Amino acid sequence: MNKQVFASKEQTAYADILFYGCWVGLALMLITYFLYVSGMITPHIPLEDMPKYWSQPVGVYLKEGQVPTGWGWISLLSRGDFLNFLGVVLLAGLSIICYLRIIPSFLRNKDIVMFFVAALEVLVLLLAASGIVGSGAH
Amino acid sequence: MALLLCCLAAYAAVTPSPEIAESMAVATGSSLPWWAWPIILLVFCFILGIIAVMAGVGGGVLFVPLVSGFFPFHIDFVRGAGLLVALAGALAAGPGLLKRNLASLRLALPVALIASSCAIVGAYLGLALPPDVVQICLGCTIMGIAILLLLSKNVDKPTVMRQDALGMALGIQGAYLEPSSGEVVEWKTHRTLPGLLLFILIGIMAGMFGLGAGWANVPVLNLLMGAPLKVAVGTSKFLLSITDTSAAWVYMNQGCVLPLIAVPSIVGLMGGSFVGVRLLAKAKPKFIRTMVIAVLLFAGAKALSKGLGF
Repeated sequence: MNKQVFASKEQTAYADILFYGCWVGLALMLITYFLYVSGMITPHIPLEDMPKYWSQPVGVYLKEGQVPTGWGWISLLSRGDFLNFLGVVLLAGLSIICYLRIIPSFLRNKDIVMFFVAALEVLVLLLAASGIVGSGAH
Repeated sequence: MALLLCCLAAYAAVTPSPEIAESMAVATGSSLPWWAWPIILLVFCFILGIIAVMAGVGGGVLFVPLVSGFFPFHIDFVRGAGLLVALAGALAAGPGLLKRNLASLRLALPVALIASSCAIVGAYLGLALPPDVVQICLGCTIMGIAILLLLSKNVDKPTVMRQDALGMALGIQGAYLEPSSGEVVEWKTHRTLPGLLLFILIGIMAGMFGLGAGWANVPVLNLLMGAPLKVAVGTSKFLLSITDTSAAWVYMNQGCVLPLIAVPSIVGLMGGSFVGVRLLAKAKPKFIRTMVIAVLLFAGAKALSKGLGF
C-alpha cells in the first residue's frame, strides 16, 4: 500500500499531543468552572455582578472590575473566575507545544522549508500569547 | 425549529415588557438572574452543535451572530467565546483527522502561518473598531457566507494536472484511503500562491469577528487549490486549531474571555456535535443546510440592524 496513506511520524506525534492536551484542558476547564459557579472558590468579580459587565464593552469590565490585561490574571489565580484560565491557557497553548515537538523532526529530515515555516509559526503564536503587540480594546 | 425557539426565548428574556424593564437594572439588559444565562447558553449551544454538524458548518460561524444578536452579551465577549468554541472543536477533531491523513500537516502548516499572523491583525482591528461598525461588518460577512454556502459547489476530487512550483517546493501532496471504495486517493495542489494569499483575508476575518473560518477555508483548499473535499474539510478543521489560537490569545490578553460565557458555550457545542454526528445518518442534510442558510441570513440581518441602530 502507498506509504503516503499513513500519517507521517511528525503528523502522528502532533496528533498525540493534541489528543491528550485537549482532553486534559477540557477536563481542567470543567473542574475549575464548577469550583467557580458553585462558589467554592470566591471569584474576583461576584457572580451576581457579572450581568452588569457582560452587556458592556470590555473596557468597562476591565476598568470597573479592576481586571488586569495580558498575563496579569496570574496574580488572581486564587480567585474562582481567573482559575478558569488554566484550562483556557492550556487549550490555547497546545499548538505551540505541538509545533515545538515536530520542529526537531523537520530539522533531522533536512526539511528546511517546513522547519522555517514551523519555527516562524511558533514565533507568531508566542507573539500573540505574550500580549506585547498593541492594545486596541475600546 | 428548536434553535428558533431557543432564539425566541433568549430574545424575549433580553427584551422584557416595559414595566419589568423599568424596574430592572438598565445595564444588565435582562430580567433573569445571572445563573440563568449560562444555562440557556448551554442548551442553545447544544442545539447549535447538533445543527452545525448536520449542516456541515463550524459552530463558530453560527455562534457569533446568533449569540450576539439574541443574548445580552456584548460582542467583545461573544467574539472571545466564539474563538474558544471554534478552537476547542478543532482541537478535539484534530487528532483523528491527522491520524487518518484526512488533515494534512504539510498543507496546513504554510496556510496556518499566513492565516494565524493575519488573525492577530484582525483581532486587533476588531477590538479597535467601534462595536456598531463591527456589527455592520459582521452582518454583511454572515450574509455573504450564507450566499457562499448557497452557491458553492465543492468538488469531491478535483483534477490537478500539474502541481505548481510553490506547491512542489512545500511538498504539499499526500494520499488517503477512501473507506467506502477501498481506493487510495492521491492528491496534490495547484494555484498554491493565490490560495495562500486568500488566507490573508480569511485570517483577518477570523480574528476580527471571532469566527471559525471553515466556511472560507474549504472552498479555497478544494475549489482553488485542488485538494480533495475530504482533505479540504479535514485540513480546514485542523487549521482552525492554529488560526484561532493566535486570535484567541489576543482576545484573552485584552480581557474579552469571560469563563462564565465561554465554558458553557464550549461544553454545549461539543456535546451537541457528538450527538449531531450520531444523528447524521438519520437526518436530511439538505433540509438542514437550507435551514442553516436561512438562519445565517436572518442572523446577518439582525447583526446588520443592530449595527445600524434599528
